[in-house]
Amino acid sequence: MSHGVRLILDEVSHAWKTLRVLDGITLTAEPGEVMVVIGPSGCGKSTLLNIMGGLLAPTSGSVRTEGAIADDCLNPLTYVFQDFSLVPWRNVRDNVGLVLRHKLTRDAVAERVREVLALTGLSDFGDAWPKELSGGMRQRVGIARALAVRPACLLMDEPLSALDAQTRDLLLDEFVTLIGRAATTTVYITHNLPEAVRLGQQIVVLSRRPGRVREIFRVNRPLTGRSADDPDLKNLEHTLWRIIRDDAAVAERERIDAPA
Amino acid sequence: MRRLDGSVPFRGGGFHPRERWIAGAATLCVLIAFWQFGTWAGFLPTLFLPSPVAIAVTLWRLTVTGVLWQHLSASLARLLIGWFAGTFFGMATGIAAGLWSVTRSPVMAVVSALFPIPKIALVPLFIIWFGIGEGSKIATIGLGVFFPTVIATMGGVDNVPRGLIRMGQSFGLPTTTIIRSIILPGAAPAILNGFRVTASIAIVLLVAAEMIGAEQGIGAFVLSAGNLYDTDALLAGIVVLSVLGLVVAGLIGALERVLLRWR
Repeated sequence: MSHGVRLILDEVSHAWKTLRVLDGITLTAEPGEVMVVIGPSGCGKSTLLNIMGGLLAPTSGSVRTEGAIADDCLNPLTYVFQDFSLVPWRNVRDNVGLVLRHKLTRDAVAERVREVLALTGLSDFGDAWPKELSGGMRQRVGIARALAVRPACLLMDEPLSALDAQTRDLLLDEFVTLIGRAATTTVYITHNLPEAVRLGQQIVVLSRRPGRVREIFRVNRPLTGRSADDPDLKNLEHTLWRIIRDDAAVAERERIDAPA
Repeated sequence: MRRLDGSVPFRGGGFHPRERWIAGAATLCVLIAFWQFGTWAGFLPTLFLPSPVAIAVTLWRLTVTGVLWQHLSASLARLLIGWFAGTFFGMATGIAAGLWSVTRSPVMAVVSALFPIPKIALVPLFIIWFGIGEGSKIATIGLGVFFPTVIATMGGVDNVPRGLIRMGQSFGLPTTTIIRSIILPGAAPAILNGFRVTASIAIVLLVAAEMIGAEQGIGAFVLSAGNLYDTDALLAGIVVLSVLGLVVAGLIGALERVLLRWR
């Protein structure tokens, strides 16, 4: 099992040509911690995640990791995508195996695939095509694929936003279990506040564009003991909404006013 | 204000055509029967349009004497070599243009400049370059296949969802694996569509090139039959070309069913 690493962002800024998206973001996700990043639409949450994962170079600032990773970790910084990003011409087993084949033997790949499919409740769906699965099941495959590489840090980009409310609630409970078991550092991007307070140990609120760190909240209680009806978490949710609401309204107006 | 009583009328349906092979076969049979009746009744002059039965008899005679195979084998060899060469180089060029900036603009410039040239107009030049033998005919077919393959492949690569490529990169997959496991299968529908077009182009160019300078081949056979006013043999040659087109379309269809079964 992998151990989480510390992920450190130092004065990270990014601009698309003249449009400033992120401005001076300094954050630290501690090993094994779930850091949730929230903010109004268009504040640069996904851009920030892409910078953390090395898929996008920041205009300025740096991202670095600290800490040891397990020998069986094949991809330290691993994504779970909003749109699942499953390869439609491969079945579930081969979708998971695709990210292992270049580093493991055939037998080792088969063993790991079997293990993560069992872990995510997909053992009976190894031969299914992505198109045959519901949204929730597809995201389970996305999770299984991410866990198969034994990540040191999971980067989750609104992984539940494409799902219906019921599936979201069910999968959120499973995330709690899986993240706890994998013991990875997790960065979780969302615009859904109940998700943020259910999962976050560190909740980072970004301002509207250009995204800056507006406030950081820490929730010092274990993930597994949290209930949706917990009054403290409800209060925190209301506090987060109060902070975000005005920015969200302005951001929405900017989206409408923006020239096509 | 007006009342709205009664059942809701159905307004959906349609816009979803399905292929029914039996309807296609029946249409062909009716046309052939009409043609046969026309020649039998005398309102279609057999000198200009021989009857289907006469064509079938000629086709049988050409088959048993080995003449048909002699011409067909020459044509098939040219067709296969030319098509595979054009397809191989076209796909390689299309992938390079679809993937890398350094190759994209040069390829597009060359394709835009040379694609519109009717390839058959180049046959005399190819005869000067490669001689009257097989080289000029294969080059004509290969070049005719090359450009549409480049365009189809590049379009296919362009249409592979970038999210899947980013997924591959985020998991640290080697570039070769991304190309082999994500880009090529993702571009396959467009490439196979391109095959349908290039197979037809290859047959057209094959016949044209054989008519300009060949002793063997279906094109040469058809031209020779026409010069002799032997319309039975001429139409037998055309039937062979039609069957060749059907067989090629069937093979590409089978390839699609295997490679695109995930759809």
